[in-house]
Amino acid sequence: MTLDVKNIEFKELNEKLRESNSSVTLEGCCGQRFIACGMKDKSITIEGIPGNALGAYLNGASITVNGNAQDAVGDTMNDGEIIIHGNIGDAAGYAMRGGKIFVKGNAGYRAGIHMKEYKEKVPLMIIGGSTGSFLGEYQAGGIIVVLGLGTDGKLVSNFPCTGMHGGKVFFRGEVQKSAFPKNVCLSPATAKDLECIKEQISEFAHIFGYDKEQILNSQFTVATPDSNNPYKQMYVAN
Amino acid sequence: MNSIEGQIRIPSGCAIAAVISKDGNRMTGEKIVESMKPMHDRSNGLGGGFAAYGIYPEYKEFYALHMFFNDRAARKNCEVFLKERFEIVKSEIIPTKKIPAITDEPVIWRYFVAPLQSILHNLQLDEKEYVARTVMKINCEMPGSYVFSSGKNMGAFKAVGFPEDVGVFYKLDEYEGYSWTAHGRYPTNTPGWWGGAHPFTLLDYSIVHNGEISSYDANRRFIEMFGYKCTLQTDTEVITYIMDYLLRVQKLSLGEAASVIAAPFWSTIQNKTDLYDKQKHEFLRTVFPSLLITGPFSIVFGFNGGLMALNDRLKLRSMVVGEKDDKVFIASEEAAIRVMEPNAENMYAPAGGEPVIIKVKEGAF
Repeated sequence: MTLDVKNIEFKELNEKLRESNSSVTLEGCCGQRFIACGMKDKSITIEGIPGNALGAYLNGASITVNGNAQDAVGDTMNDGEIIIHGNIGDAAGYAMRGGKIFVKGNAGYRAGIHMKEYKEKVPLMIIGGSTGSFLGEYQAGGIIVVLGLGTDGKLVSNFPCTGMHGGKVFFRGEVQKSAFPKNVCLSPATAKDLECIKEQISEFAHIFGYDKEQILNSQFTVATPDSNNPYKQMYVAN
Repeated sequence: MNSIEGQIRIPSGCAIAAVISKDGNRMTGEKIVESMKPMHDRSNGLGGGFAAYGIYPEYKEFYALHMFFNDRAARKNCEVFLKERFEIVKSEIIPTKKIPAITDEPVIWRYFVAPLQSILHNLQLDEKEYVARTVMKINCEMPGSYVFSSGKNMGAFKAVGFPEDVGVFYKLDEYEGYSWTAHGRYPTNTPGWWGGAHPFTLLDYSIVHNGEISSYDANRRFIEMFGYKCTLQTDTEVITYIMDYLLRVQKLSLGEAASVIAAPFWSTIQNKTDLYDKQKHEFLRTVFPSLLITGPFSIVFGFNGGLMALNDRLKLRSMVVGEKDDKVFIASEEAAIRVMEPNAENMYAPAGGEPVIIKVKEGAF
């Protein structure tokens, strides 16, 4: 079914979503926040610009945006998937703890800030283009993949992986080591490393119309926290 | 009974938006007011305002003083003072529309003035310095009188209320400007009052700001050494004075001023490969360390003939920029830009500390 949500406030919009059957298209969306907050068992397509915190606490629903998305997409999401056919704003996947976010274009600042994982709950975010500064800031778990498709080869901006202490970040191609903090290891990704993202990259390529072989045949770099150089004595000498 | 603001926490964050025509084509305020609607929840009704450039072409040679007075006596008193210093070519009430959403308004007037040449000559001051000092004097020393706009061919319009209501209150659809900025306020640490709404202006410079200045007192102490007085009970005002000091007094370029207030980290400067650029940043950080603004901000700085948008160096606030034909749009959220121009192109989010400077082409304003 299709809902025209032009000039409807977010609370009413979410009520209509909850009452609707499983597959919904939102038309005329313009800046409403918290769309699909905490929802499961829904498949939502959005035309227009969803507001901040799209899919916050998402718990299994599937969201597709045919355009750009604003800040804090998938804030603390637990399960489900969010597909963005454009660029994404700052703090995408903020404190995400499960599910996946696929972005065709670029991400803003602080993508994947404080993502975390526990046992089988491993969140994943794939960014097709490049990302702003502070990618994976304070990352505690989960997987971030930056593909750099359609960019001039610059994958990240300043201060990537600052405060990272868990999880992995994959980069397609090489990154400048000096940009990373010394508490993070960078190494060429092995076939074994790539095993955990192969299937999702294929899915990403399928959704956005890329050649998966071409992506997968590239050399990847993986960033992980350096357990031999943990964060200690940062503030006090004790 | 509903709790009032202050007794309950209302989570939100300010909203900013702007539009400019590079060809100098004039637009009514209708669109910029509309653009604030999807960002309604970023404000809490304690401040909204707009700056408009190119709105007084028939008085473009005169400084347009927009003023709030607590009462008639304050106005009469201030007018005596103004007459001693300026030739007042026109004085009038700023037209407003009574609406339930905007209440408790002060007395709101505007004066189109020219400094008295004899006084300028005696004081050996240039015109702008004279006007700036007069504004400081009124805001500081005349209780109940506030100048909230003092540039030529421009004006600020602000109030306590939501920005979309403030636009209706001031009938902004009846003004035409080549450039507009807008603000919806959510005051965090300071009172929501008429003088505390954005934009904050001095001469033709105006600032709308989303964020909170951690370095406020360091900035204030420094800038007050140069005759500026922070009287409006909120942090943003100091940015306006800093910009005036850097641009008008120190004659820095816009880009240089941006490098002072949103200076890159020393480590970022050290890693610069362009030697000239590196030295320039080292110089600016060394000479103006007290004018570095820390804490989150996204601002739009307006001036006669252009706009500059800037984020703090860590980019702790959102800002997007889009274009369409002769127009450039700036806003906290893309949704606001889509309201002004559904088909806006080249939408992007500038990096922290990277100024976006848009100027109207020469002679078109």
